[in-house]
Amino acid sequence: MSMTRRTQEALASNLPYEELLPSEQPAYVHSYVYLFGVATIAGFIVLIATGIILAAFGPQWWHFSAVGHFFNGLHFWAVQAFFFFMVVHLWATFFQGAWRDGRGTTWAVGVITFLVSILTAFTGYLSQQNFDAQWIAVQAKDAMNSVGVGAFFNVLNFGQMYGFHIVILPIAVAILIAIHLTMVRLRGVVKPYPIDGTEVQR
Amino acid sequence: MSRKHAYYRGVRMAPYDLVKEFLVALGVVTLLVVILAAVLSSPDVRPLTLQSIATTDPQSYVQTALNELDGSSGISDYGPPYNNGTGAVQYIGPISIQQLIGVHIPVSTAQDFVLGPLAQVAPTNPSWKVALDRYNAAPARQQTAWTNAYNTALGKATESGPHLSVARCACGPVTTMMKAMLALGQRGAMDGLLLTNRQFYQTDYTRPLLFTADPDNNVVNARATSLHLLGSQWGVMNETGNYPGQAWLWLYSLFYQIPPYTTAWAANTDALAILSITVLSLVLLFLPWIPGLNRLPRYLGVHRLIWRDWYREEKQKAARTAKHNAEVEA
Repeated sequence: MSMTRRTQEALASNLPYEELLPSEQPAYVHSYVYLFGVATIAGFIVLIATGIILAAFGPQWWHFSAVGHFFNGLHFWAVQAFFFFMVVHLWATFFQGAWRDGRGTTWAVGVITFLVSILTAFTGYLSQQNFDAQWIAVQAKDAMNSVGVGAFFNVLNFGQMYGFHIVILPIAVAILIAIHLTMVRLRGVVKPYPIDGTEVQR
Repeated sequence: MSRKHAYYRGVRMAPYDLVKEFLVALGVVTLLVVILAAVLSSPDVRPLTLQSIATTDPQSYVQTALNELDGSSGISDYGPPYNNGTGAVQYIGPISIQQLIGVHIPVSTAQDFVLGPLAQVAPTNPSWKVALDRYNAAPARQQTAWTNAYNTALGKATESGPHLSVARCACGPVTTMMKAMLALGQRGAMDGLLLTNRQFYQTDYTRPLLFTADPDNNVVNARATSLHLLGSQWGVMNETGNYPGQAWLWLYSLFYQIPPYTTAWAANTDALAILSITVLSLVLLFLPWIPGLNRLPRYLGVHRLIWRDWYREEKQKAARTAKHNAEVEA
Protein backbone atom coordinates (compact mmCIF):
# COMPACT_ATOMS: atom_id res chain seq x y z
CA MET A 1 0.00 0.00 0.00
CA SER A 2 1.35 3.42 -0.92
CA MET A 3 2.17 6.02 1.72
CA THR A 4 -0.55 8.26 0.33
CA ARG A 5 -3.13 5.52 0.62
CA ARG A 6 -2.05 4.68 4.16
CA THR A 7 -2.22 8.40 5.11
CA GLN A 8 -5.70 8.59 3.57
CA GLU A 9 -6.91 5.64 5.58
CA ALA A 10 -5.30 6.87 8.79
CA LEU A 11 -6.96 10.28 8.41
CA ALA A 12 -10.32 8.71 7.52
CA SER A 13 -10.29 6.48 10.58
CA ASN A 14 -8.77 8.93 13.08
CA LEU A 15 -10.10 12.27 11.86
CA PRO A 16 -13.53 11.68 10.30
CA TYR A 17 -15.07 15.02 9.40
CA GLU A 18 -18.35 14.25 11.17
CA GLU A 19 -16.31 13.93 14.40
CA LEU A 20 -14.44 17.15 13.77
CA LEU A 21 -17.58 19.11 12.99
CA PRO A 22 -20.47 17.40 14.76
CA SER A 23 -24.01 18.74 14.36
CA GLU A 24 -25.09 17.77 17.85
CA GLN A 25 -23.68 17.93 21.35
CA PRO A 26 -24.60 16.33 24.68
CA ALA A 27 -27.50 18.13 26.35
CA TYR A 28 -25.24 19.17 29.25
CA VAL A 29 -23.31 21.46 26.88
CA HIS A 30 -25.72 24.19 27.83
CA SER A 31 -24.02 27.08 29.59
CA TYR A 32 -22.50 30.41 28.62
CA VAL A 33 -19.10 29.24 29.88
CA TYR A 34 -18.83 26.97 26.83
CA LEU A 35 -18.73 30.07 24.62
CA PHE A 36 -15.39 31.34 25.91
CA GLY A 37 -13.38 28.72 24.02
CA VAL A 38 -14.83 29.76 20.66
CA ALA A 39 -14.56 33.44 21.69
CA THR A 40 -10.83 32.87 22.28
CA ILE A 41 -10.48 31.47 18.76
CA ALA A 42 -12.43 34.45 17.39
CA GLY A 43 -10.06 36.79 19.24
CA PHE A 44 -7.08 34.94 17.79
CA ILE A 45 -8.44 35.31 14.25
CA VAL A 46 -8.91 39.07 14.75
CA LEU A 47 -5.35 39.21 16.09
CA ILE A 48 -3.94 37.40 13.07
CA ALA A 49 -5.94 39.51 10.60
CA THR A 50 -4.91 42.84 12.15
CA GLY A 51 -1.36 41.55 12.67
CA ILE A 52 -1.05 40.69 8.98
CA ILE A 53 -2.06 44.23 8.03
CA LEU A 54 0.36 45.79 10.54
CA ALA A 55 3.17 43.51 9.35
CA ALA A 56 2.42 44.23 5.70
CA PHE A 57 2.91 47.96 6.20
CA GLY A 58 5.96 47.60 8.45
CA PRO A 59 6.63 48.14 12.15
CA GLN A 60 6.83 51.96 11.89
CA TRP A 61 3.66 52.55 9.85
CA TRP A 62 1.27 52.90 12.77
CA HIS A 63 3.35 55.64 14.41
CA PHE A 64 2.73 58.18 11.64
CA SER A 65 -0.47 56.99 9.95
CA ALA A 66 -3.94 57.52 11.45
CA VAL A 67 -5.15 54.38 9.67
CA GLY A 68 -2.14 52.50 10.96
CA HIS A 69 -2.79 53.73 14.50
CA PHE A 70 -6.38 52.49 14.23
CA PHE A 71 -5.20 49.05 13.14
CA ASN A 72 -2.75 49.04 16.03
CA GLY A 73 -5.71 49.83 18.28
CA LEU A 74 -7.58 46.86 16.84
CA HIS A 75 -4.57 44.62 17.43
CA PHE A 76 -4.08 46.04 20.94
CA TRP A 77 -7.69 45.46 22.05
CA ALA A 78 -7.86 42.11 20.28
CA VAL A 79 -5.03 40.83 22.46
CA GLN A 80 -6.82 42.06 25.58
CA ALA A 81 -10.01 40.31 24.43
CA PHE A 82 -8.10 37.16 23.47
CA PHE A 83 -6.53 36.85 26.91
CA PHE A 84 -9.75 37.72 28.73
CA PHE A 85 -11.65 34.97 26.91
CA MET A 86 -8.77 32.52 27.24
CA VAL A 87 -8.42 33.03 30.99
CA VAL A 88 -12.20 32.66 31.55
CA HIS A 89 -12.07 29.49 29.41
CA LEU A 90 -9.17 28.23 31.53
CA TRP A 91 -11.05 28.85 34.78
CA ALA A 92 -14.26 27.35 33.39
CA THR A 93 -12.52 24.14 32.30
CA PHE A 94 -10.73 24.02 35.65
CA PHE A 95 -14.01 24.20 37.57
CA GLN A 96 -15.44 21.50 35.30
CA GLY A 97 -12.43 19.25 35.95
CA ALA A 98 -12.29 19.02 32.16
CA TRP A 99 -9.23 16.75 32.25
CA ARG A 100 -11.28 13.81 33.51
CA ASP A 101 -11.97 10.64 31.55
CA GLY A 102 -8.72 10.65 29.56
CA ARG A 103 -8.58 14.34 28.67
CA GLY A 104 -5.35 15.19 30.52
CA THR A 105 -3.35 15.86 27.37
CA THR A 106 -6.12 18.14 26.05
CA TRP A 107 -5.76 20.22 29.23
CA ALA A 108 -1.94 20.16 28.95
CA VAL A 109 -1.99 21.37 25.34
CA GLY A 110 -4.37 24.16 26.41
CA VAL A 111 -1.99 25.24 29.19
CA ILE A 112 0.96 25.21 26.77
CA THR A 113 -1.10 27.33 24.36
CA PHE A 114 -1.73 29.80 27.20
CA LEU A 115 1.98 29.99 28.08
CA VAL A 116 3.12 30.38 24.46
CA SER A 117 0.44 33.06 23.99
CA ILE A 118 1.93 34.99 26.92
CA LEU A 119 5.33 34.87 25.22
CA THR A 120 3.74 35.98 21.94
CA ALA A 121 2.10 38.97 23.60
CA PHE A 122 5.32 39.80 25.42
CA THR A 123 7.28 39.97 22.15
CA GLY A 124 4.46 42.11 20.75
CA TYR A 125 4.83 44.63 23.55
CA LEU A 126 8.58 44.65 22.82
CA SER A 127 7.93 45.30 19.12
CA GLN A 128 5.84 48.45 19.58
CA GLN A 129 8.80 50.80 19.07
CA ASN A 130 7.55 53.28 21.66
CA PHE A 131 8.45 54.10 25.27
CA ASP A 132 6.46 51.12 26.54
CA ALA A 133 8.57 48.79 24.41
CA GLN A 134 11.74 50.53 25.54
CA TRP A 135 10.84 50.31 29.22
CA ILE A 136 9.62 46.70 29.09
CA ALA A 137 12.80 45.67 27.24
CA VAL A 138 15.22 47.21 29.71
CA GLN A 139 13.25 45.88 32.68
CA ALA A 140 12.76 42.39 31.26
CA LYS A 141 16.40 41.91 30.28
CA ASP A 142 17.40 41.37 33.92
CA ALA A 143 14.88 38.57 34.39
CA MET A 144 15.89 36.91 31.12
CA ASN A 145 19.59 37.27 31.89
CA SER A 146 19.22 36.00 35.47
CA VAL A 147 18.41 32.49 34.20
CA GLY A 148 20.65 32.58 31.13
CA VAL A 149 17.83 32.96 28.61
CA GLY A 150 18.90 36.48 27.63
CA ALA A 151 21.99 35.13 25.89
CA PHE A 152 19.78 33.56 23.20
CA PHE A 153 16.48 35.45 23.53
CA ASN A 154 17.71 39.05 23.58
CA VAL A 155 14.79 41.34 24.45
CA LEU A 156 16.91 44.36 23.43
CA ASN A 157 17.25 43.03 19.89
CA PHE A 158 14.22 44.42 18.04
CA GLY A 159 14.80 42.30 14.93
CA GLN A 160 14.83 39.06 16.90
CA MET A 161 11.75 39.97 18.98
CA TYR A 162 9.82 41.13 15.90
CA GLY A 163 10.62 37.87 14.11
CA PHE A 164 9.43 35.86 17.09
CA HIS A 165 6.28 37.97 17.32
CA ILE A 166 5.10 37.94 13.73
CA VAL A 167 6.25 34.50 12.56
CA ILE A 168 7.53 31.91 15.02
CA LEU A 169 5.19 32.32 17.97
CA PRO A 170 1.89 32.98 16.10
CA ILE A 171 2.50 29.83 14.05
CA ALA A 172 3.17 27.92 17.27
CA VAL A 173 -0.05 29.25 18.85
CA ALA A 174 -2.07 28.43 15.72
CA ILE A 175 -0.73 24.85 15.65
CA LEU A 176 -1.38 24.40 19.37
CA ILE A 177 -4.94 25.73 19.04
CA ALA A 178 -5.52 23.33 16.13
CA ILE A 179 -4.23 20.36 18.16
CA HIS A 180 -6.27 21.41 21.21
CA LEU A 181 -9.44 21.82 19.14
CA THR A 182 -8.95 18.49 17.38
CA MET A 183 -8.51 16.75 20.73
CA VAL A 184 -11.70 18.34 22.06
CA ARG A 185 -13.67 17.30 18.99
CA LEU A 186 -12.36 13.73 18.92
CA ARG A 187 -12.72 13.08 22.65
CA GLY A 188 -15.93 15.04 23.13
CA VAL A 189 -16.92 17.34 25.96
CA VAL A 190 -16.36 15.97 29.45
CA LYS A 191 -19.44 14.80 31.34
CA PRO A 192 -20.67 16.65 34.42
CA TYR A 193 -19.49 15.35 37.77
CA PRO A 194 -21.82 12.54 38.85
CA ILE A 195 -24.81 13.50 40.94
CA ASP A 196 -24.05 12.84 44.57
CA GLY A 197 -27.05 14.54 46.05
CA THR A 198 -25.47 17.95 46.36
CA GLU A 199 -25.13 19.03 42.75
CA VAL A 200 -28.84 19.85 42.44
CA GLN A 201 -29.14 22.10 45.46
CA ARG A 202 -28.74 25.34 43.47
CA MET B 1 -18.25 2.85 17.44
CA SER B 2 -15.80 5.65 18.06
CA ARG B 3 -14.37 6.34 21.47
CA LYS B 4 -16.44 9.51 21.70
CA HIS B 5 -19.71 7.78 20.85
CA ALA B 6 -18.97 5.12 23.45
CA TYR B 7 -18.35 7.89 25.98
CA TYR B 8 -21.63 9.61 25.13
CA ARG B 9 -23.72 6.39 25.36
CA GLY B 10 -26.84 7.04 27.41
CA VAL B 11 -26.44 10.81 27.22
CA ARG B 12 -29.22 12.79 25.58
CA MET B 13 -27.87 14.60 22.51
CA ALA B 14 -29.19 17.93 21.26
CA PRO B 15 -28.71 19.79 17.96
CA TYR B 16 -25.77 22.20 18.13
CA ASP B 17 -24.69 24.53 15.32
CA LEU B 18 -20.94 24.94 15.80
CA VAL B 19 -20.45 26.92 12.58
CA LYS B 20 -23.15 29.42 13.49
CA GLU B 21 -21.73 29.71 17.00
CA PHE B 22 -18.26 30.44 15.58
CA LEU B 23 -19.53 33.05 13.10
CA VAL B 24 -21.57 34.82 15.77
CA ALA B 25 -18.58 34.79 18.14
CA LEU B 26 -16.31 36.16 15.41
CA GLY B 27 -18.82 38.91 14.62
CA VAL B 28 -19.33 39.89 18.25
CA VAL B 29 -15.60 39.87 19.09
CA THR B 30 -14.77 41.88 15.95
CA LEU B 31 -17.45 44.44 16.78
CA LEU B 32 -16.24 44.67 20.37
CA VAL B 33 -12.64 45.22 19.26
CA VAL B 34 -13.63 47.82 16.65
CA ILE B 35 -15.64 49.79 19.24
CA LEU B 36 -12.81 49.65 21.80
CA ALA B 37 -10.22 50.73 19.21
CA ALA B 38 -12.43 53.53 17.88
CA VAL B 39 -13.35 54.89 21.30
CA LEU B 40 -10.18 54.25 23.33
CA SER B 41 -7.46 54.04 20.62
CA SER B 42 -4.08 52.69 21.80
CA PRO B 43 -1.05 54.17 23.58
CA ASP B 44 1.97 55.43 21.68
CA VAL B 45 4.32 57.52 23.80
CA ARG B 46 7.43 58.34 21.83
CA PRO B 47 10.58 56.49 22.90
CA LEU B 48 13.46 58.28 24.57
CA THR B 49 16.46 58.95 22.40
CA LEU B 50 19.99 59.65 23.54
CA GLN B 51 19.51 63.06 21.92
CA SER B 52 16.50 63.85 24.10
CA ILE B 53 18.30 62.64 27.23
CA ALA B 54 21.46 64.64 26.43
CA THR B 55 19.33 67.72 25.81
CA THR B 56 16.96 67.55 28.76
CA ASP B 57 19.46 66.33 31.37
CA PRO B 58 23.02 66.83 30.11
CA GLN B 59 24.57 66.20 33.54
CA SER B 60 22.95 62.80 33.85
CA TYR B 61 23.89 61.93 30.27
CA VAL B 62 27.56 62.90 30.77
CA GLN B 63 27.66 61.09 34.12
CA THR B 64 26.50 57.94 32.35
CA ALA B 65 29.13 58.37 29.64
CA LEU B 66 31.84 58.91 32.27
CA ASN B 67 30.78 55.83 34.22
CA GLU B 68 30.81 53.77 31.04
CA LEU B 69 34.34 55.05 30.38
CA ASP B 70 35.78 54.42 33.85
CA GLY B 71 33.99 51.09 34.26
CA SER B 72 31.80 52.06 37.20
CA SER B 73 28.42 51.90 35.46
CA GLY B 74 25.77 49.29 36.09
CA ILE B 75 26.45 47.68 32.73
CA SER B 76 30.28 47.76 33.06
CA ASP B 77 30.15 45.19 35.85
CA TYR B 78 26.82 43.58 34.88
CA GLY B 79 28.04 40.07 34.13
CA PRO B 80 26.77 37.56 31.55
CA PRO B 81 25.61 37.72 28.84
CA TYR B 82 27.42 41.08 28.37
CA ASN B 83 30.72 40.68 30.24
CA ASN B 84 32.46 38.81 33.03
CA GLY B 85 31.41 41.19 35.79
CA THR B 86 29.39 40.13 38.82
CA GLY B 87 27.18 43.14 39.54
CA ALA B 88 23.95 41.65 38.20
CA VAL B 89 24.74 37.95 38.51
CA GLN B 90 21.95 36.02 40.22
CA TYR B 91 21.82 32.60 41.83
CA ILE B 92 19.31 29.86 42.45
CA GLY B 93 20.77 28.28 45.56
CA PRO B 94 24.48 27.81 44.86
CA ILE B 95 24.04 27.78 41.08
CA SER B 96 24.17 30.72 38.71
CA ILE B 97 22.70 29.62 35.37
CA GLN B 98 23.61 33.10 34.14
CA GLN B 99 27.31 32.40 34.68
CA LEU B 100 27.08 28.83 33.39
CA ILE B 101 25.68 30.12 30.09
CA GLY B 102 28.39 32.79 29.93
CA VAL B 103 29.07 35.81 27.74
CA HIS B 104 27.21 35.71 24.42
CA ILE B 105 26.58 39.40 23.68
CA PRO B 106 29.94 40.97 24.56
CA VAL B 107 29.74 44.58 25.68
CA SER B 108 32.79 46.57 26.79
CA THR B 109 31.24 49.81 27.99
CA ALA B 110 34.38 51.97 27.63
CA GLN B 111 35.06 50.75 24.11
CA ASP B 112 31.48 50.32 22.84
CA PHE B 113 29.88 53.40 24.42
CA VAL B 114 32.68 56.01 24.48
CA LEU B 115 36.05 55.20 22.88
CA GLY B 116 34.61 53.44 19.81
CA PRO B 117 32.05 56.13 18.91
CA LEU B 118 34.63 58.89 19.53
CA ALA B 119 37.17 57.08 17.34
CA GLN B 120 34.64 57.06 14.49
CA VAL B 121 34.06 60.82 14.58
CA ALA B 122 37.46 62.03 15.84
CA PRO B 123 38.91 62.44 12.31
CA THR B 124 36.31 65.18 11.73
CA ASN B 125 37.50 67.24 14.72
CA PRO B 126 41.25 67.67 15.39
CA SER B 127 40.83 68.56 19.07
CA TRP B 128 38.74 65.45 19.69
CA LYS B 129 41.38 63.33 17.94
CA VAL B 130 44.20 64.80 20.04
CA ALA B 131 42.23 64.18 23.25
CA LEU B 132 41.33 60.64 22.29
CA ASP B 133 44.89 59.77 21.25
CA ARG B 134 46.25 61.21 24.49
CA TYR B 135 43.76 59.23 26.58
CA ASN B 136 44.42 55.99 24.74
CA ALA B 137 48.19 56.43 25.07
CA ALA B 138 48.09 57.14 28.81
CA PRO B 139 48.67 54.39 31.40
CA ALA B 140 45.60 53.05 33.19
CA ARG B 141 46.49 54.79 36.45
CA GLN B 142 46.62 58.16 34.68
CA GLN B 143 43.31 57.48 32.95
CA THR B 144 41.73 56.70 36.32
CA ALA B 145 43.14 59.90 37.84
CA TRP B 146 41.61 61.94 35.01
CA THR B 147 38.20 60.28 35.21
CA ASN B 148 38.14 60.58 39.02
CA ALA B 149 38.94 64.27 38.80
CA TYR B 150 36.25 64.78 36.18
CA ASN B 151 33.77 62.83 38.29
CA THR B 152 34.38 65.21 41.19
CA ALA B 153 34.02 68.25 38.95
CA LEU B 154 30.87 66.87 37.33
CA GLY B 155 29.30 66.42 40.75
CA LYS B 156 29.54 70.18 41.24
CA ALA B 157 28.51 71.06 37.71
CA THR B 158 25.49 73.22 36.93
CA GLU B 159 23.12 72.77 34.05
CA SER B 160 20.81 75.20 32.41
CA GLY B 161 18.63 73.63 29.79
CA PRO B 162 20.93 71.82 27.40
CA HIS B 163 24.01 73.69 28.69
CA LEU B 164 26.35 72.02 31.16
CA SER B 165 29.01 73.98 33.04
CA VAL B 166 31.79 71.86 34.52
CA ALA B 167 34.48 73.69 36.48
CA ARG B 168 38.06 73.48 35.22
CA CYS B 169 39.85 70.48 36.62
CA ALA B 170 43.02 68.43 36.21
CA CYS B 171 41.11 66.04 34.01
CA GLY B 172 43.46 65.87 31.06
CA PRO B 173 41.74 64.93 27.80
CA VAL B 174 38.60 63.64 29.57
CA THR B 175 37.10 67.15 29.61
CA THR B 176 37.31 67.38 25.82
CA MET B 177 36.12 63.80 25.40
CA MET B 178 33.04 64.40 27.55
CA LYS B 179 32.32 67.64 25.70
CA ALA B 180 32.52 65.66 22.50
CA MET B 181 30.19 63.01 23.89
CA LEU B 182 27.68 65.68 24.91
CA ALA B 183 27.88 67.39 21.53
CA LEU B 184 27.38 64.10 19.72
CA GLY B 185 24.49 63.21 22.01
CA GLN B 186 22.69 66.52 21.62
CA ARG B 187 23.03 66.46 17.83
CA GLY B 188 21.58 62.95 17.63
CA ALA B 189 24.78 61.32 16.42
CA MET B 190 25.15 59.00 19.41
CA ASP B 191 21.85 57.28 18.64
CA GLY B 192 23.33 56.19 15.33
CA LEU B 193 26.86 55.54 16.55
CA LEU B 194 25.72 53.07 19.21
CA LEU B 195 23.50 51.28 16.73
CA THR B 196 26.21 50.87 14.13
CA ASN B 197 27.68 47.47 13.52
CA ARG B 198 29.30 45.87 10.52
CA GLN B 199 26.03 45.60 8.66
CA PHE B 200 24.27 48.25 6.61
CA TYR B 201 20.81 47.38 7.97
CA GLN B 202 20.25 47.71 11.71
CA THR B 203 17.71 45.95 13.92
CA ASP B 204 19.66 45.28 17.12
CA TYR B 205 19.19 48.00 19.75
CA THR B 206 21.13 46.23 22.52
CA ARG B 207 23.83 48.90 22.91
CA PRO B 208 21.63 52.02 22.65
CA LEU B 209 19.15 50.50 25.10
CA LEU B 210 21.85 49.47 27.56
CA PHE B 211 23.29 53.00 27.47
CA THR B 212 19.86 54.64 27.62
CA ALA B 213 18.71 52.57 30.56
CA ASP B 214 21.90 52.46 32.57
CA PRO B 215 20.95 52.75 36.24
CA ASP B 216 22.95 55.98 36.41
CA ASN B 217 20.63 57.56 33.92
CA ASN B 218 17.90 59.31 35.85
CA VAL B 219 15.94 60.49 32.83
CA VAL B 220 14.60 57.07 31.90
CA ASN B 221 13.54 56.29 35.47
CA ALA B 222 12.02 59.73 35.87
CA ARG B 223 10.03 59.31 32.66
CA ALA B 224 8.88 55.84 33.68
CA THR B 225 7.89 57.10 37.12
CA SER B 226 5.85 59.94 35.68
CA LEU B 227 4.10 57.46 33.40
CA HIS B 228 3.44 55.06 36.33
CA LEU B 229 5.52 52.28 34.83
CA LEU B 230 7.78 51.31 37.73
CA GLY B 231 7.54 47.83 39.19
CA SER B 232 6.10 49.27 42.40
CA GLN B 233 3.47 50.95 40.24
CA TRP B 234 2.63 47.61 38.57
CA GLY B 235 4.32 48.75 35.40
CA VAL B 236 4.19 45.39 33.67
CA MET B 237 0.42 45.37 33.93
CA ASN B 238 -0.04 48.99 32.88
CA GLU B 239 0.89 50.73 29.72
CA THR B 240 1.34 54.45 29.35
CA GLY B 241 -1.80 56.54 29.56
CA ASN B 242 -3.83 54.24 31.84
CA TYR B 243 -4.13 51.55 29.20
CA PRO B 244 -4.16 47.93 30.29
CA GLY B 245 -0.87 46.17 29.80
CA GLN B 246 0.04 42.54 30.26
CA ALA B 247 -2.48 41.90 33.03
CA TRP B 248 -1.96 38.15 32.57
CA LEU B 249 1.46 38.59 34.17
CA TRP B 250 -0.08 39.69 37.48
CA LEU B 251 1.14 36.66 39.41
CA TYR B 252 4.70 37.01 38.11
CA SER B 253 4.62 40.76 38.89
CA LEU B 254 3.35 40.03 42.37
CA PHE B 255 6.57 38.23 43.30
CA TYR B 256 8.46 41.50 42.92
CA GLN B 257 6.27 43.14 45.57
CA ILE B 258 6.22 40.61 48.40
CA PRO B 259 8.65 39.03 50.88
CA PRO B 260 10.84 37.03 50.74
CA TYR B 261 11.44 38.18 47.14
CA THR B 262 11.86 41.77 48.37
CA THR B 263 13.78 40.89 51.52
CA ALA B 264 15.87 37.73 51.99
CA TRP B 265 15.83 36.90 48.28
CA ALA B 266 16.27 40.48 47.06
CA ALA B 267 19.71 39.84 45.53
CA ASN B 268 18.26 37.09 43.34
CA THR B 269 14.69 38.32 42.88
CA ASP B 270 14.58 37.87 39.10
CA ALA B 271 15.95 34.33 39.07
CA LEU B 272 13.74 33.20 41.96
CA ALA B 273 10.63 34.87 40.50
CA ILE B 274 11.27 33.05 37.22
CA LEU B 275 11.84 29.79 39.10
CA SER B 276 8.62 30.27 41.09
CA ILE B 277 6.47 31.02 38.05
CA THR B 278 8.04 28.04 36.23
CA VAL B 279 7.14 25.71 39.10
CA LEU B 280 3.57 27.07 39.24
CA SER B 281 3.24 26.72 35.45
CA LEU B 282 4.35 23.09 35.70
CA VAL B 283 1.75 22.49 38.44
CA LEU B 284 -0.92 23.95 36.14
CA LEU B 285 0.36 21.86 33.23
CA PHE B 286 0.37 18.57 35.15
CA LEU B 287 -2.74 19.32 37.23
CA PRO B 288 -4.69 16.34 35.78
CA TRP B 289 -2.09 13.95 37.19
CA ILE B 290 -1.46 15.52 40.61
CA PRO B 291 -3.39 13.53 43.25
CA GLY B 292 -5.63 15.72 45.37
CA LEU B 293 -5.33 18.80 43.20
CA ASN B 294 -6.97 17.00 40.28
CA ARG B 295 -10.07 16.44 42.45
CA LEU B 296 -10.19 19.99 43.76
CA PRO B 297 -12.86 21.34 41.33
CA ARG B 298 -15.41 18.81 42.55
CA TYR B 299 -15.09 20.12 46.10
CA LEU B 300 -15.13 23.76 45.06
CA GLY B 301 -18.60 23.17 43.67
CA VAL B 302 -18.64 25.76 40.87
CA HIS B 303 -19.58 22.95 38.47
CA ARG B 304 -23.02 22.81 40.11
CA LEU B 305 -23.64 26.29 38.81
CA ILE B 306 -22.26 25.56 35.34
CA TRP B 307 -24.34 22.41 34.90
CA ARG B 308 -27.34 23.45 37.04
CA ASP B 309 -29.84 22.81 34.20
CA TRP B 310 -28.43 19.35 33.58
CA TYR B 311 -28.53 18.41 37.26
CA ARG B 312 -32.12 19.69 37.59
CA GLU B 313 -33.11 17.65 34.56
CA GLU B 314 -31.37 14.55 35.92
CA LYS B 315 -33.08 14.97 39.29
CA GLN B 316 -36.49 15.27 37.64
CA LYS B 317 -35.74 12.22 35.49
CA ALA B 318 -34.73 10.25 38.59
CA ALA B 319 -37.91 11.33 40.39
CA ARG B 320 -40.07 10.27 37.44
CA THR B 321 -38.34 6.91 37.29
CA ALA B 322 -38.78 6.38 41.02
CA LYS B 323 -42.47 7.32 40.77
CA HIS B 324 -42.94 5.00 37.79
CA ASN B 325 -41.23 2.12 39.62
CA ALA B 326 -43.41 2.72 42.66
CA GLU B 327 -46.55 2.65 40.53
CA VAL B 328 -45.44 -0.57 38.83
CA GLU B 329 -44.74 -2.22 42.18
CA ALA B 330 -48.13 -1.06 43.52
